[in-house]
Amino acid sequence: MAIQTLDVATIRKDFPIFETGIAYLDSANTSQRPRQVTGAMLEYFEKFNSNIHRAAYRIAEEATVRYEATREKVRAFINAASTKEIVYVRGTTEAINLVAYSWGRKNIKQGDLIVLTILDHHSNIVPWQILAAEKGAQIEYVDIDEKGELRQDQLADLLKRGPKLVAFNLVSNAMGTINPAREMVAAAKKAGATVLVDGAQSTPHQPVDVRALGCDFYAFSGHKMLGPTGAGILYGRRELLEAMDPFMAGGDMIKTVRIEGTTYHDLPWKFEAGTQAIAEVIGLGAAVDYLSGLGMDAVRAHELEITEYAYESLSDIDGLTLYGPPPSRRAGVISFALEGIHPHDLATIADRDQVCLRAGHHCAMPLMTRLGIPATARASFYVYTQKDEIDRLVTSIKEAQRIFA
Amino acid sequence: MATADDQFYREYILDHYKNPRNYGRLEHPDISHEEDNPLCGDVVGMDFRVSDGVIEDIRFHGRGCAISQASASLLTERLKGLPLEEAKKINKDDVLGELGIEISPARIKCALLSLKVLKVGAYGLADEDEE
Repeated sequence: MAIQTLDVATIRKDFPIFETGIAYLDSANTSQRPRQVTGAMLEYFEKFNSNIHRAAYRIAEEATVRYEATREKVRAFINAASTKEIVYVRGTTEAINLVAYSWGRKNIKQGDLIVLTILDHHSNIVPWQILAAEKGAQIEYVDIDEKGELRQDQLADLLKRGPKLVAFNLVSNAMGTINPAREMVAAAKKAGATVLVDGAQSTPHQPVDVRALGCDFYAFSGHKMLGPTGAGILYGRRELLEAMDPFMAGGDMIKTVRIEGTTYHDLPWKFEAGTQAIAEVIGLGAAVDYLSGLGMDAVRAHELEITEYAYESLSDIDGLTLYGPPPSRRAGVISFALEGIHPHDLATIADRDQVCLRAGHHCAMPLMTRLGIPATARASFYVYTQKDEIDRLVTSIKEAQRIFA
Repeated sequence: MATADDQFYREYILDHYKNPRNYGRLEHPDISHEEDNPLCGDVVGMDFRVSDGVIEDIRFHGRGCAISQASASLLTERLKGLPLEEAKKINKDDVLGELGIEISPARIKCALLSLKVLKVGAYGLADEDEE
C-alpha cells in the first residue's frame, strides 16, 4: 500500500491555536492539541465527570469505560501483547522513575553496570544516577561520533562487561538522531541485559512496535503526541511487571488491605495508585485515535519532507552550524548555532515574529558538554508543520544576523 | 517587526555586547566571584580591586547571550570608583533600568546574573573581614 501523504491544510483546521498566527517550531518540547483531544476531555468534564473504578452509578461507569479504552488504543498503537502491559503514568519521566525504583531497587546490586548514552535526556540519566549511588553500581555512557550518531563499537565493548541494564532513547530530543534501536536492543538482550527504551521522541513521530523492538520497557509521554500533559505510558513486559513491587502505594492499587498486610491489585492497576488523571488519559486516547487515523507512516513521511526542506534552508545560511546526522537519519528535530549570536537572543528575536523556537540545553547537558557548547537553538516539527513556517524561521535568523552584524 | 527588534536590542546594548567594557581578569583581585545560569549556559565572573572600601578597579569575564553580557559590562562601568557599601545597595530595578528595555520573564535571569555576581562577591568579602 502506498504511503498516504498528510493533508496539512486540513489538519491545521483541527488546531485552533494556529489562528493566532504563530509559527510553532517546538513540538519536540510539547505538541499542540487538536479539537478532537480537547473535545474528548471537555466531554468528560461536562457529561460524565466522576471517579473511576469505584462508583456504581452510570456516569462513573462511563468514565471508567472511556478511561480504560485508552489502554487498548495504546496497546494497538505500539503493538504490545496485552493491555496488562500498558501502565498509565504522568509521562516519560515518571515511567523511567517507576522502573528505576520498582525494578532497579530489586535487581541492581553493588558493582553492577548500567549503560546509558551521551544522547540521553536528563530523565533517562538522573534516575539511574540516584539508583547507582544508592546501590554502589556503575554507569557508563556510549559516546557519539562526529556525525552525532552513537558509537556502536563502544556499545559492543560495554556489552562484553555484562551490564545489568541498558537504557537509551530511540530518538535524541536534542539532535534528532534516530538510533538503530532494534539492533541495539538485540545486542543488549544477547548480552543478558534488561533494556529500557525512552520513546518520548519516537512514539509521536514514527510507527512503533514494541514486540518487534524486543525491549523490556518502553516509556513515552502523551503531551508530545497531540495529547494533554499529565498522561503518559510505561510499557513493560508482563513477567517483569509481575515481579516488580509497586511504585506508589495507596488507594486503587490494592486487592485487600488488612492490618496484617496487603495484597496488590493485578496488572496494570498495581502501578496506578490514587485518583488518576482521568480526563488526560481520555485525551491521550483521542490523540492516539487522531494519529492512527493519519497513519504513522504518513506522519514520518511528512516530517521527513519538512526536515529535508528545513535542513537545506538552514544549510544555506552563512555562519550557521547544524548539529547531528542528515535528515534521513534524524527525526523532525534540527539543532543549530549561529556564529556570534546566542540561541536565547535568536529565540527572543524570532518570538517578535511569532516564531516559537527553543533555545537551551534541551535537558541534555552531558551532550552539550560533549559538543563543547552551552546551548543550541532547536526547531522541531510535527504533523501540522508547513514549509512556510520554516521560511519564517529563516527570515528571523537573517533578521538576527542583521541586528548583530 | 524589524523596528521592534532594533528597539529591544538597542544600539548601546549591542555595543556593550560586542565591545564589552572592563573585560578581562585582574591579577590578585581582592574579590573574585563567578556565577552561571545553567539553563542557558550564561557565565559571568567579576574581579574587584578594593582599596579603602572603594572599588578601585574591576574586570568581568564570561560568555552568553547579549543581555547577560551587556548587563555585566554596564554594571562594571557603574561600579568602578564606587564605595563597596554603595555597590551593595544596587538592586534589581537599578540593573533593569540601566538596560532600559523590557525584559521578559524568560530572560530576567540573564539580565540579573551580573547583579548576583556582585551581591555574592561583595558580601563574601564582608564575611572575610569579620573573621
